[in-house]
Amino acid sequence: MVVTGISGNLGRTLAKLLHRTERVIGIDRRPFLGRPKDIEHVQVDLRKRKAEEVFKSTPVGAIIHLGIMHDPRMSAEDHHSFNVLGTTRVLECAAKFGVKKVVLLSSANVYGPSPDNSSFLAEDAPLMGASRFPSVRDLVEVDMLGTSFFWRQSKTETVVLRPVHIVGPTIKNAPSNYLRLARPWMLAGFDPMIQLIHMEDAARAMVEALRPGRKGVYNVVGPGEVPLSTVFRELGQRPRFVPHMLARPVLSALFRYRVAEFPPEELDHIQFLCMVDGSRWATETGWAPGFSMRDTIRAVHDS
Amino acid sequence: MALTEKLKRGLRKWTLSMVDRDLERSLNDMRPRNEYGVDPFGYDPDYALSAMAPLVWLYKHYFRVEAKGLEQVPAGRVLLIANHSGQIPLDGAMIGVSLLVDAKPPRAIRSMVDKWVPSLPFISTVFARMGQVVGTQENCRRLLESDEAILVFPEGVKAITKPFRERYRLQRFGLGFMRLALETRSPIVPVSVVGAEEQAPALVDVKPVAKALGFPAFPLTPWGLPLPLPTKYHLTFGAPLVFEGRADDDDSELEKRVAVVKQTLETMLDAGLRERKGVFF
Repeated sequence: MVVTGISGNLGRTLAKLLHRTERVIGIDRRPFLGRPKDIEHVQVDLRKRKAEEVFKSTPVGAIIHLGIMHDPRMSAEDHHSFNVLGTTRVLECAAKFGVKKVVLLSSANVYGPSPDNSSFLAEDAPLMGASRFPSVRDLVEVDMLGTSFFWRQSKTETVVLRPVHIVGPTIKNAPSNYLRLARPWMLAGFDPMIQLIHMEDAARAMVEALRPGRKGVYNVVGPGEVPLSTVFRELGQRPRFVPHMLARPVLSALFRYRVAEFPPEELDHIQFLCMVDGSRWATETGWAPGFSMRDTIRAVHDS
Repeated sequence: MALTEKLKRGLRKWTLSMVDRDLERSLNDMRPRNEYGVDPFGYDPDYALSAMAPLVWLYKHYFRVEAKGLEQVPAGRVLLIANHSGQIPLDGAMIGVSLLVDAKPPRAIRSMVDKWVPSLPFISTVFARMGQVVGTQENCRRLLESDEAILVFPEGVKAITKPFRERYRLQRFGLGFMRLALETRSPIVPVSVVGAEEQAPALVDVKPVAKALGFPAFPLTPWGLPLPLPTKYHLTFGAPLVFEGRADDDDSELEKRVAVVKQTLETMLDAGLRERKGVFF
């Protein structure tokens, strides 16, 4: 079994779940710190020829593709190339070497927050994530590569998972970073409902996707929905309320001068809804999150 | 924070002074909530109980609403179809309050609000906590399937912003509600609102200002802003209408059924206008 992006925090969580029962080979251009002895790690960029060697030398039964990044500081070109080319290479290998199962980790953010969103978006909702936030275009494209691979390659069981915001003490994605801020911004008068999933639950969902017979595109939700303000109340943080008209220009200046780590487009996530309906995944697989709402929220900090 | 908590408690006391004691319990039991007291759509009965205070006051003491036929509203899923008027959507709020304070047992309804609402600060939050949802087909279907009562104004925004000379003239009805009624097999209860048209008579709609502010309309009343006069509201809930047919039928087929609803509502409005003794009493 191949896991791309294994050196990330989510990748390591997943590796821990898998390595006792499966033979796991990690592919990541970063070193794998604290690697268990029974996991083989190939430190190479997915776009390089050498990544293909892995598939040549051993028969691979499944690929879990986590090697997708989202770093607003990277140049758009590198970002795009790493995500889109990397994913294309992975899927090419899957087709060429007859891999039975591909699990691709996308995200519920591909739908994008917007004032006219329905409260719960199903899997057939249009992927509008890039319409207001053009620099996530490659993430939408990665999702679509996965979906089209699912339709094209009937011999491979492809599962595209679109989990809600993944949080965890070691997770460094935008939602976790934001929720950890001592004085986070909220937009005055806006308190959208949000959905979170614990990183271990997200990893468990990927393991569930490996089960023979599972294929398709699924939203994956955690223990439920809460107002953003409730999350901060639970975490004991006091948000700063900023008028929304002011927030955009100010944040865009702060981002430009590297004072803030969030591009202004991220504000949509704390202003509008971007929630998904995870019932298809739950009913078809009998899957339920292991962490309660309270424990999921608290996991932002616990280390 | 301390201030808003105090405000919340004060408003809550105000509400409880005007309504039946049981309302609080019924509100809490009406919908499943999570450990933080909200339902998946963001409805928070605790918050709603506080936030409704001014609306209950308007209902009881300002508009002195008289509601007839509340017993016609069947239990389980139902679409309430009402005429829309008054420049600010107090008609929807009054229908909601009537089902909370005058219906036995009380019923918390959801109204489908304009897609413009989620982009408004404060209003978006208050509406969501009180159970209002953006009016997409998907939301409406989901709520009907979980047996909620949904309020829809099929005329849309153009009815609420129409000038005074067109009062009580129903605008074109959308077809979406009929499609959903057929698909989810929900009965339709027509609701006529008499009295809201006169609360803020609009002389003109200043379109350039509306456009600049991003509002759907910018009506001017004789006193400028659309602040409502204390007109007397008469709400009438009609007998449930049940329609048969295919949800994906041609528009022309759906239009026939929509025409029946519109006709019924028109008759109810005419009767309501005939029966009332005056605009203010």
